[in-house]
Amino acid sequence: MKNKIIQACGFALLSACMIITALFLAGIIYFIAVNGRQALSWQFLTAPPLNGMSAGGVAPAIVGTFYLTMGSVIFALPLGVGCAVYLQEYSAGGRMSDIIRVAVNNLAGVPSVVFGLFGLGIFVKFLGFGVSILSGSLTLGILILPGIISASQEALLAVPVSFKEASLAIGATKWQTIKRIILPCALPGILTGVILGIGRAAGETAPILFTAAAFYKRGYPNSLFSEVMALPYHIYALMTEGVNPEKQTAIAYGCALILVAMVALMSSLAIFIRNKYRSAYGNGPRRNYNA
Amino acid sequence: MEMDPAAITTPKIKTENLNFFYGGFHALKNINLNVHEMQVTALIGPSGCGKSTLIRLFNRMSDMTPKTRAEGKIMFEGGNIFDAKTDLVKLRRNIGMVFQKPNPFPKTIFQNISYGPEIQGCKDKDFIYHRVEESLKKAALWDDVKTRLHSSALGMSGGQQQRLCIARALAVEPKVILFDEPCASLDPISTAKIEELILELKKNYTILIVTHNMQQASRVSDYTAFMYLGNLIEFGQTDRVFTVPKDKKTEEYLSGVFG
Repeated sequence: MKNKIIQACGFALLSACMIITALFLAGIIYFIAVNGRQALSWQFLTAPPLNGMSAGGVAPAIVGTFYLTMGSVIFALPLGVGCAVYLQEYSAGGRMSDIIRVAVNNLAGVPSVVFGLFGLGIFVKFLGFGVSILSGSLTLGILILPGIISASQEALLAVPVSFKEASLAIGATKWQTIKRIILPCALPGILTGVILGIGRAAGETAPILFTAAAFYKRGYPNSLFSEVMALPYHIYALMTEGVNPEKQTAIAYGCALILVAMVALMSSLAIFIRNKYRSAYGNGPRRNYNA
Repeated sequence: MEMDPAAITTPKIKTENLNFFYGGFHALKNINLNVHEMQVTALIGPSGCGKSTLIRLFNRMSDMTPKTRAEGKIMFEGGNIFDAKTDLVKLRRNIGMVFQKPNPFPKTIFQNISYGPEIQGCKDKDFIYHRVEESLKKAALWDDVKTRLHSSALGMSGGQQQRLCIARALAVEPKVILFDEPCASLDPISTAKIEELILELKKNYTILIVTHNMQQASRVSDYTAFMYLGNLIEFGQTDRVFTVPKDKKTEEYLSGVFG
């Protein structure tokens, strides 16, 4: 009897944790949706800002955020996966790989503004890319790199050794085994890292502050070396500068809503690809691939 | 080590003073064993006697385990497989392996078999299709799966999966097949089918099988090697080893005194 009561209490406690978390999440989305809704319109999505940010749309910032996010993933995905494959398949258990692993985990804990400063020093100044999409993408790429490496390593680790053995035992080289067996099996897990990376890259302000973002820029970016507007920085600018705080705040909430929607959209693309691979590689024993 | 007088067939694989270490642990002690061509050789012995360790050396799967060391020789087709110049890819094409637990790739039945020829660089679709069909026939699986070649291999029963793994090994045309307790996870009916298959494959392949099951060894093998604590205690024709074991340990093991 006593055990049952303790169990009931434990269950209630866990439920409460879940409900509180869900409430916060729902609260954030509700808050942003309610406040941002008024600002939304077709013009808001497609027009550039007008009247010193107090009117018009935020289209250049949407485009800018899209470029920066995609740029960072294009940079970080191959690099991160390559690094993870090396650590997991070629140097696993070695002293060096342990050190690199620790370094990667530490990299994940570095504050984002430090990445911004690093990007400014290396990409903007030293390599001479200037304040640009390229510099911003590379900086964001480094920021999401640890996440992609860790997710990829986990995913590679989860591929059963028996698959690897089977492949090697029929005379496949290590590289063939990695390319044809291990990576396809690990892909869903790797894409989970990408999804988290997309959210992070799209939303970060500090790393692009010095490397890519412009408060206002006429027209759309036309090359990798263009400065861009970006949603998170735009929100920051709207809330801290300018002469018409009331209208600007409304626009800022609109931007926040769009930012959330964009992350959801880009993530669902990755989720879609992931699920496609998941069904082809594994879970669920009775699945017909070609049907 | 004695040899039965009747056992005069060509050795396909020959180990010479083979020792193997996991770190400081001496797992195989001075093994001298002949694996005869087109015969089934069974490795038996209690858990931890080194039989799985030994079988994993023949195709150098042991390389996957870190901090191990082998001394002595394993001679195959005129060369020592431990030579630095041994091409592992070639060695493993010649010496195939079937594992304890069926381990089909999470791909279709067809892709599981075509993987072998494909990684060898074969692009000819007809050739690959024929190779797949032929391999599945040899593994007595064709009739079961010919209508669903493009469905998942993971949807098959355990016994079918194991025969698929055998077909996958056959598709690269090995000369020797190593079976590492192939029936350990199978039911008696699937086990019987695998045993039947091994007897059939013996006509064209040299076979080495590790088994915990003494009846299985007596049913499928021509030669039996009994191992104990890393030593090869007794080797000879299966009939002889099972009826008149020369070593006391062998006799005790076969009669179930320990195991």
